[in-house]
Amino acid sequence: MSYPQYETGEPIADAGAPDGPIAERWDRRRFEAELVNPANRRKHTVIVVGTGLAGGAAGATLGEQGYHVEQFCYQDSPRRAHSIAAQGGINAAKNYRNDGDSVHRLFYDTVKGGDFRARESNVHRLAQISVEIIDQCVAQGVPFAREYGGLLDTRSFGGVQVSRTFYARGQTGQQLLLGAYQALSRQIAAGNVVLHARTEMLDLIVIDGRARGIVARDLITGEISSHFADAVVLATGGYGNVFYLSTNAMNSNATAIWRAHRRGAYFANPCFTQIHPTCIPRTGDHQSKLTLMSESLRNDGRIWVPKAHGDTRPAHQIPEDERDYYLERIYPSFGNLVPRDIASRAAKNVCDEGRGVGPGGQGVYLDFADAIRRMGREKVEEKYGNLFDMYARITAENPYETPMRIYPAVHYTMGGLWVDYDLRTTIPGLFAIGEANFSDHGANRLGASALMQGLGDGYFVLPSTINDYLARAPLADRPDASHPAVAEVLAETEDRLNLLLSVDGDRTPDSFHRELGELMWEYCGMARTEEGLRKALDRIPLIREEFWRRIKVPGTGEEFNHSLEKANRVVDYLELAELMCLDALHRSESCGGHFREESQTPDGEAARKDEQFGYVAAWEFTGTGEAPVLHKEDLVFEYVHPTQRSYA
Amino acid sequence: MKLKLRVWRQRDAAATGEMAAYEVDGVSEDMSFLEMLDTLNEELLLRGEDPIAFDHDCREGICGACGLVINGDAHGPERTTACQLHMRSFRDGDTIDVEPWRAAAFPVIKDLVVDRSAFDRIIQAGGYVSAPTGAAPEAHATPVPKPDADFAFEHAECIGCGACVAACPNGSAMLFTSAKVNHLNVLPQGVPERETRVLDMVATMDAEGFGGCTLAGECATACPKGIPLPSIAAMNKEWLRANRKVKR
Amino acid sequence: MAVSGLLMLGYLVAHVMGNLKVFFGPREFNEYGHWLRTMGAPVLHEEWALWIVRLVLLATVAAHAVSAYQLSRRDIKARPVAYAHKRRRASYATRTMRWGGVIIALFIVWHILDLTTLTVNENAQPGHPYENVVATFSTWYGNVVYITAMLAVGLHVRHGFWSAAQTLGAGSASRDRALKAVASGLALVLTAGFIAVPVAVMTGVVS
Repeated sequence: MSYPQYETGEPIADAGAPDGPIAERWDRRRFEAELVNPANRRKHTVIVVGTGLAGGAAGATLGEQGYHVEQFCYQDSPRRAHSIAAQGGINAAKNYRNDGDSVHRLFYDTVKGGDFRARESNVHRLAQISVEIIDQCVAQGVPFAREYGGLLDTRSFGGVQVSRTFYARGQTGQQLLLGAYQALSRQIAAGNVVLHARTEMLDLIVIDGRARGIVARDLITGEISSHFADAVVLATGGYGNVFYLSTNAMNSNATAIWRAHRRGAYFANPCFTQIHPTCIPRTGDHQSKLTLMSESLRNDGRIWVPKAHGDTRPAHQIPEDERDYYLERIYPSFGNLVPRDIASRAAKNVCDEGRGVGPGGQGVYLDFADAIRRMGREKVEEKYGNLFDMYARITAENPYETPMRIYPAVHYTMGGLWVDYDLRTTIPGLFAIGEANFSDHGANRLGASALMQGLGDGYFVLPSTINDYLARAPLADRPDASHPAVAEVLAETEDRLNLLLSVDGDRTPDSFHRELGELMWEYCGMARTEEGLRKALDRIPLIREEFWRRIKVPGTGEEFNHSLEKANRVVDYLELAELMCLDALHRSESCGGHFREESQTPDGEAARKDEQFGYVAAWEFTGTGEAPVLHKEDLVFEYVHPTQRSYA
Repeated sequence: MKLKLRVWRQRDAAATGEMAAYEVDGVSEDMSFLEMLDTLNEELLLRGEDPIAFDHDCREGICGACGLVINGDAHGPERTTACQLHMRSFRDGDTIDVEPWRAAAFPVIKDLVVDRSAFDRIIQAGGYVSAPTGAAPEAHATPVPKPDADFAFEHAECIGCGACVAACPNGSAMLFTSAKVNHLNVLPQGVPERETRVLDMVATMDAEGFGGCTLAGECATACPKGIPLPSIAAMNKEWLRANRKVKR
Repeated sequence: MAVSGLLMLGYLVAHVMGNLKVFFGPREFNEYGHWLRTMGAPVLHEEWALWIVRLVLLATVAAHAVSAYQLSRRDIKARPVAYAHKRRRASYATRTMRWGGVIIALFIVWHILDLTTLTVNENAQPGHPYENVVATFSTWYGNVVYITAMLAVGLHVRHGFWSAAQTLGAGSASRDRALKAVASGLALVLTAGFIAVPVAVMTGVVS
């Protein structure tokens, strides 16, 4: 099987993980790493882009270690990075419940949850570190939920049968991020970290094959400047906003990782996107983003649709025996707590059958009537009060009385820049951490694992592996703006922005973004087909061409210009979307969040093809609209043997 | 719905601004206030006019980026953030005034966008626990009584949006500062830096040009996260205690 | 502000109790007036104690005024551009603290000229406070000035007492209602107590 749209290059032979028993690999790696003498650290500058859980934690930790850190965020404050919106919780193999949890079980659950498309060594390390993350956050004063004895409380989450998720009401991400932000603030006050807020990275500077800096735009003055360092760390999050409507923040974007990709960093598994099952359905064309309702709601809420097609009666008029609690029916042992990809697809299936509820039939009920009967309204309020309030505010419906309506929405991207065991991309000196890399979640991320990975990368992994690079790399002279390579990148960036400003067409950046998003949701969303993906691949270059003909950006580049920011991000989405579709097309198996209709079991479950696709697809950029090169990294499973995932 | 808007337009920090009038048609009550502004901006953009600049990001009421004074109320008539305010709170034909946060410590950058970095500097002055990565003891080594943990959480909910400052007749940042002081000072992990934290944060708050507190209570009424007014008294208590304990 | 305010509040409580002695007739009231001058005797010389009280009060008033001035200046500077959309903010008592304070300060000047130095009291007789009080409240403007000022005092105390408790860190969620109740109670008792005298003179209960 070969498609004309790409070429196959050299496989990736080594992802850099040490050999030996899996539980000892991380220790071994840390021992083997070269260290930088504490006195020499201040001579090294590290650029960290992004201040979410991964970036904030990395900046704070590198600052504590004595490095000079230049930290960037497009927001007005590091505290606003989108990690703040994570609701449910963070996993850790503490086994405080004595319910059979262990590092190995967390490792096992994560590899299995990821549908056997993640690297074992990385996932095991993450499970090991998970316990330290909780200790670290508690020491920072993160106010996790506690029981009356004063000890930490936990809850269950999708895809697992133990209670290992630590939480702070429905605002766990906020509390963890504020912990990292505060640690970062301490380093800013100490002068170890220099913060550049309202500054957006627009390109990567690569000199002699090494990442040596970035080009960034001051979002207030519009000034484009270059910044130099011995290593660059991208912690810029995922690319879910390709879909226009997602649960990502409005300004979350893919520019940093896409520009790095264009400069030579491989992009891995771009088609692995996560559709979250419990979001508030959209209400109309004005919709600017979608709002997630925490997965933790599935602990006590029951999901159902009417048994009959086209049943338009209000929920309370549908008697019990005419309701289909489809998750409980199809997956009796996990019930409403099946992993996200499965829950989302099941919702899509019942809606496609014409049994969806609410306007347009794009929704299913999430019903708390039983929970309220069982626990009392007060208890439900204590556990989920803020989520219920949020739902009521957005929909003007009272979820204590009528069941919530939910529908899946794009939420997280498992794909990202390819990194090795040390989180190094294929450009020496360029690291990617958190959601920006592809590393630990395979084809599907389990709930409460993103916070774990972001903090794990930022607090523990990167600060241990970046030493090795800085100690070994020849970084003698720091380049400056006079270097020809720098001038070239600066000029390219300025040209691109000037071009956007000069087209003066008749369509807004949002209109192109929305068009692309709808196309992607249709053909590269919850279920994908060869035919659909081919359609999308035909269409995207046409949109791109139209974009450069008809885009309208008012004002100038030398001022606060939100339209220019948006347009520039859409430029990159228009290229990234193509790679996502191509990746989805070439991977003609179903796994995790990637569901190809051609590859399913007789009962409609995802059918993996391990022999053929048991690899990470790492793509090399060759030019806009040019055939990229596919490099395969074979996945070896020594400890968790791939089986058909079963949650029945 | 059809609405009349009067919006503060100011080209940049140095320019003088003014209220400009706009009409928006076809507003659905399911729109958020910011989506209504998006609609207007799309129109302005196609007409070749400069769209209205406003800060926003998560649109879920948690990042704290958005902040508009709507008809004189920070975040508008409901107790939530502007992004979670829906147009069903308004009636067809309404005239709505939209202004930026007004405070000397929050200078206007453009239109409705203000500079809130003073908040960051207050946190940098002591709004943290010095716990370097890797130095943490086992999480269960220090139990925290549930009432203390709940008190800490209630104050940690602050999203740093600045509505308290915008609503305060004196442009005071007491509620913001007290939320962080109370969050950290009540926890055993925050105790070692208890005194310096409150003294340094309050000193920075004063130096940033925020007004003094006269307990008008507007801050707590405007706070989208419901940080309670007694939070300020609790910080005052901490501050007085710290002054007694620390000779400087 | 809080400490000086509370000191003055303590003085007002003593003051209102003294005022109410007017209902026990001229002899007792004038004797009380005399005692104020001889307070502390024989340890202290005549009027020494009274002057100590006066000096402390003067210092407190000055401290309160200076802090109020500084706070107001700072607060006005912190909000250099007003909102175009005006709306009613905070409670009446809270909003009137600044002007209420000025009104009370002006009243105090008049009050001293009227009943201490007797400068503006046309029918005054030194050493006869009861008769002087009756003289003041026999004029319409005396009543208007006094009653207006006492209403201002009530509002000022209502927000001021609760506010001082917050400043001194005595406020908390559980104590808030109690503090507000005490503040309102104090304000009511003080205002009613002070206003009782002119009302009594007007209605002829005291003459």
